Amino acid sequence: MAAVMAPFVGALAAFALGGRNAQRVAMLTILAGLGIVAAAAHSGGGLVYLLGGWAPPLGIALRADGLALAMMLAVAVVVLGIGVYACAGFKTPPGEREARAPFVFWILLLAIWGSLNLVFVSGDLFTLYVALELLTFAAVPLVALDGSAETLRSALRYMLYALAGSVFYLLGTMLTYGVYGTLDITLLGARVAANPVTVTAVALMTVGLLAKTALFPLHLWLPPAHAGAPPAASAVLSGLVIKGSWFLVIRVWFDVFPGVVTMPSAQLLAGLGAAAIIVANVVALRQERLKLLVAYSTVAQIGYLFLMFPLAFDAGAAEIGRGGALTGGLLQAISHATAKAAMFMAAGLAYGALGHDRIAALAGVARALPLTVLTFALAGVALMGLPPSGAYVAKKLFFDAAGSSGQWWWELVLDTGGLLTASYVVLVLAHALVRTDAPIAPRKPVPRIAELAALALAIASLALGFVADGALGLDALWGKLTLSDLWSAVLVLAGGAAIAAAFARDLPQIFGGAGRFAFGRPLRAAAVAVGGAFAGADGILRRWPVASLALLAAAFAFGAALLAG
Amino acid sequence: MSEALNAGLALFVLALAAWMVVARDTFAAVVGFVAYGLLLTLVWVQLHGVDVALTEGAIGGGLTGAMLVAAAARLRRTEAAARAERPGWPTRAAAALLAGGVTAALAVAVLALPVPAPSLAPETAANMGATGVGNPITGVLLAFRAVDTLLETTVVLLALIGVWSLAPDRVWGGRPGPRHRADPNETLAYLARVLPPIGLVVGVYIFWVGADLPGGKFQGASIIAAMWLLAVMAGLSDAPPISRGWLRLALVGGPLVFIAIGAAGVATAGAFLAYPDGLAKLLIKAIEWALLPSLALTLALILAGVPERPAR
Repeated sequence: MAAVMAPFVGALAAFALGGRNAQRVAMLTILAGLGIVAAAAHSGGGLVYLLGGWAPPLGIALRADGLALAMMLAVAVVVLGIGVYACAGFKTPPGEREARAPFVFWILLLAIWGSLNLVFVSGDLFTLYVALELLTFAAVPLVALDGSAETLRSALRYMLYALAGSVFYLLGTMLTYGVYGTLDITLLGARVAANPVTVTAVALMTVGLLAKTALFPLHLWLPPAHAGAPPAASAVLSGLVIKGSWFLVIRVWFDVFPGVVTMPSAQLLAGLGAAAIIVANVVALRQERLKLLVAYSTVAQIGYLFLMFPLAFDAGAAEIGRGGALTGGLLQAISHATAKAAMFMAAGLAYGALGHDRIAALAGVARALPLTVLTFALAGVALMGLPPSGAYVAKKLFFDAAGSSGQWWWELVLDTGGLLTASYVVLVLAHALVRTDAPIAPRKPVPRIAELAALALAIASLALGFVADGALGLDALWGKLTLSDLWSAVLVLAGGAAIAAAFARDLPQIFGGAGRFAFGRPLRAAAVAVGGAFAGADGILRRWPVASLALLAAAFAFGAALLAG
Repeated sequence: MSEALNAGLALFVLALAAWMVVARDTFAAVVGFVAYGLLLTLVWVQLHGVDVALTEGAIGGGLTGAMLVAAAARLRRTEAAARAERPGWPTRAAAALLAGGVTAALAVAVLALPVPAPSLAPETAANMGATGVGNPITGVLLAFRAVDTLLETTVVLLALIGVWSLAPDRVWGGRPGPRHRADPNETLAYLARVLPPIGLVVGVYIFWVGADLPGGKFQGASIIAAMWLLAVMAGLSDAPPISRGWLRLALVGGPLVFIAIGAAGVATAGAFLAYPDGLAKLLIKAIEWALLPSLALTLALILAGVPERPAR
């Protein structure tokens, strides 16, 4: 409970004290909160806390299971990294008592943190709804922090679509209470049965949460919102906020309705994830601006987070169960949280130094900001799922689950996704590594502490593999990496380079010529046409009318897939 | 008689809902929404949900309606451009089909719900003694599910921060909204002098009886907020600059007291938000008294809008 309340108390105190104190209070709260979470994680999972001493169904229980503790710990570390990074960018300027953007940022950072912790531990469907609302209302203003008309439009898009998602979730919750007379997750898990009303409730809740998570094709709001926010805010939004509603999908599927969800519905969920991986990765490769590329990379990575659902489905028992696949999904999420936060932070530093983030004009950055480019590269390695990153261990767990359940097609999706991710990371690095005749002079001094904070998160994402390897007893990393692992890593990078050469908008000289030579003009033309078609499809899907229709259609599709079991 | 009344109400509610969807003019749709809110209030009264009716009237119809009227007034200039963006018939047909389908599915689901509905009402009634308050809604909101209420008051505060975050940087810390001026002999100024004393009494009364009868802090706070806004609109008063220390303290005071009493429960009653025996009613009242001014101020400032003028 302290882990949930501490950030909120900090946010209220920061609000009351205002000005420079908001930042001080926030940093103190972050350190204290990290301590609380670490202590809770140390004492182990399985903790149940009855709020007010009232037991469910009348009262509300908080349950800190292993999933919740792992997520809370990861989020606390990422919040600390973002907090350190933001100390430079969101400082109240000297001579002013209080400035708008820092004041809003520090309070909302704490509020988002508290809401996420609540999402992780709450054992009650309505309290979870409140937590989601807190999360949305804290996240939306971050999008428009720079105050331009364009980001305001992105923020409004985000808010309207996310609120539509909330309504769907709330409708599902209401129907669930109407049938079972309780909102407590454990009590519901024991009572639920597959019937039309329950199926309607699951479909509504799932689709509402997917809209808030921006799973393809419900992602219209994400690219402009995440790319337009200030870098520290983008890191919060992309690394952390979307994990809240995603985690709730896990709660709903694994803990509330494990026997109601069906194999076709799990396949549908992962199918949308696969579509996200393929389409959004290609669209990311076609972007002109670095921050939009990173935002589309998030859309793709969200897809990975949903691949575990069919892999965790136990066909024999006809229900979804905890196991290696769920652990893999969790690892994937934590790996993405750290790596994507680091990547947005690195992109923000490059933007600050250059005054723009056009990928084709990144030449010379590697020389001016070596640490930042290294951060981007390490975060990229983590996103690709190369060893020793957390995503690599996650991938191994997915492969095991896919192998034992005979679902080979998800292995194919994972490998394709890794290649596509490698392609845009290689592309950006190839541009950044180009030497310029004269060293470029940063427009603004780049704070070293911010560079180090981003680097630390990227390294954390890589180190996560070792931590998970040890904690899970997999013993897959230390001394177990063979030449063939190295070989496949080289293959991924080389394949990525080839894909980048075929699809990219602007090719840097260092391998542009090679790409043309290897592929020939017709192949390059075909790849550009495919890329253009994907970008066009993405543009159509991100129109308001289409995205709204997709939301309703997805509800129907899930309803049908749930009944089809 | 009652059957005919209910059928009429239901028809009216449906007709107004359809009107809101069909109306092309934003202002007309908003007027429909306010009327819809009032009718819903009556529906809740018919369903014996007087607490919900009060909330719907004060917040759903009243506060939200006022916000939408203000938004519609601001959208007047872009109304024609927005209307030109009308989607083609295939989109509209698909929308009608899908929305109709979801509505049908929901209707089927609601009709298939078990009768009598499983309910926690008997259990709530059986445990009311421990809370010391007579209104079961208050018992649920401030004892059994107190954490939801605590967090809802924080959501409202976050919404206010969201509104403030839209301020231009140069007037940060300034006063929200334009400075209103009204002819002192006009109806508005007259109402702004006559209504607030009555409204304040009604607001505090609704709040005061909330412990044992239908009513409570959210409803009371929105009535008080409305009275203050009336005075601001008539130019009799002005919104304070948002940088004022007392204002900030007043805004967070309610939630902080709530958390402090909740935390004290850890030491005195063994759990966060637990109340020691015999003190439950006193502490619940204390929380409500602390929340009332914070909520009234937060709601009023959300309505007052974005800071637009420097403090001086």
